[in-house]
Amino acid sequence: MTAFLNQCFSGLAMGGIFAILALSLVMIFQATALLNFAQGEMAMASTYLAWQLIQHRVPYWLAFFLTVILSFAAGVLIERLIIRRFASAPVLTVVIVFIALVFIIDSVVGWIFGYQLQEFPSPFPDHNWFNNPLVSSHQSGILLVTLIVMAVVWAFFRFTTLGLAMRAAAQNPASSRLVGIKVGWMLALGWGLAAAIGSIAGMMAAPLVYLDPSMMSSLLLYGFAGAVLGGINNPWGAVLGGLIVGVSVNLVGAYLVGTQLQLAVALTMIIGVLLVRPSGLFGRTIVTRV
Amino acid sequence: MTILLDVKGLKAGYGPVEVVHGLDFTVEEGGVTALLGANGAGKTTILRALCGMIRREGSLQFAGRDLCPMTTEEIVRCGIAHVPDGRGTFTGLTVSENLTLGAYVRRDKAAVADDLAGIFVLFPRLKERLFQQAGTLSGGEQQMLAIARALILRPRLLLLDEPSFGLAPLVVKDIFATLRQINAMRQVSLLIVEQNVRAALDLADHAVLIETGTVALAGPASLVSADDAVRRAYLGY
Ligand SMILES: Nc1ncnc2c1ncn2[C@@H]1O[C@H](COP(=O)(O)OP(=O)(O)OP(=O)(O)O)[C@@H](O)[C@H]1O
Ligand SMILES: [Mg+2]
Repeated sequence: MTAFLNQCFSGLAMGGIFAILALSLVMIFQATALLNFAQGEMAMASTYLAWQLIQHRVPYWLAFFLTVILSFAAGVLIERLIIRRFASAPVLTVVIVFIALVFIIDSVVGWIFGYQLQEFPSPFPDHNWFNNPLVSSHQSGILLVTLIVMAVVWAFFRFTTLGLAMRAAAQNPASSRLVGIKVGWMLALGWGLAAAIGSIAGMMAAPLVYLDPSMMSSLLLYGFAGAVLGGINNPWGAVLGGLIVGVSVNLVGAYLVGTQLQLAVALTMIIGVLLVRPSGLFGRTIVTRV
Repeated sequence: MTILLDVKGLKAGYGPVEVVHGLDFTVEEGGVTALLGANGAGKTTILRALCGMIRREGSLQFAGRDLCPMTTEEIVRCGIAHVPDGRGTFTGLTVSENLTLGAYVRRDKAAVADDLAGIFVLFPRLKERLFQQAGTLSGGEQQMLAIARALILRPRLLLLDEPSFGLAPLVVKDIFATLRQINAMRQVSLLIVEQNVRAALDLADHAVLIETGTVALAGPASLVSADDAVRRAYLGY
């Protein structure tokens, strides 16, 4: 029983990382209906930045927040300098740009930092909190961070005028311009937020999977699975989807098929859900009146 | 009377197709100009061109500034609010959020609260439905919201594209009474496109008849409504 619960909790912790990644995917998808394949590599680059700061003896949490802020800026810049120029290009062109970004970021990071695995510290203590036998403090720490990220993102979109303007720009760009919203900047902000959120996923994942330029590639697929499972147009569905993918993939890996087939299980889940419910488990089909 | 909006030689269209072929018309400070014309004449296109939503050229003098090189967001900041074809409310957001967005460019938040109170006097229905999703409002309520959303900007010029579209006659009467009030009490100038020609000519001081992207007839509303061709084609007597 303890072993089973152990598996559940470690699945939940990985699920937290998938959930944060899923949230960053949804952030861009809602505004542009595009899946950013480079999200994982952007997060990986951010994690290297954090690692470099920590190597230079910057305290963990200072490095953490600096990384989040710099990743935000990098996300904004990528949108302003690159993605925006393809705003009216066919979808396939944009997909190719994303794939190019994946390889460019990957090889630049590999060129700077090398391809060997690096240890990345966890900010949480070594011993389990409250001496519980079930869940390590890094695992519960990930869940805590997931909850905080969700709360902050929710509060931003719910309570600030800027968050409202970003939602408006995503739903109805023409009307948004008519109330004076600079829609292009809202898209750039969305990229910035997605990059910032993704960097948190990277920093939470690195202590578990070690740091190397390809660390995020399978994680992103799981995040993608979570987003699609929960509903790519519903941030909270995507978060729940990420958690569900984390737990179920871990249990299936531990008890049914072994770890080699975990990714296959996740992808089978995506296909299954898409067959039965194309909008995802919690996806909204938005009712509009014209 | 001073002229608030002076349009000269306005050309506009979609892609390579030119729909509006060099128009002249004016809106006076505190005045009401009606744009009339058959379906497809180019009325909606003219309003879109004024707001910079489509490609356009010509001289668009508004309160001493040329709108032509400006983007939509900048034009809004000059004090022009547009209630577009199809209302342009944010259907996925609540009434309250729609109104907050209407005031997006304003920095005087205290005055916005006062203006909002004034708007709820004009449209008490909106106050009752503050947290309802805009897409679930009735057509008339959505039109009220669209106008309220434009008014909260405190515009000098309000562009209205068929405010009576799809509404019952009594609601249309209400909306036009409200527009008259807005024009008279708040000194907001109006440029209104309307199929309900009688109501529009009643409200307007100037009227411009558009035919396939050119001005067919323009002048004081009383003269335009007395014109034989207008009477037969649009007023039906
Ligand atoms: N988005 C568009 N793309 C291409 N052509 C358009 C577009 N919108 C309108 N047109 C064309 O421009 C012309 C003028 O259309 P417009 O909508 O301005 O007419 P209107 O006077 O507003 O008509 P109505 O009274 O039916 O609203 C029409 O021939 C129409 O087919
Ligand atoms: Mg029209």
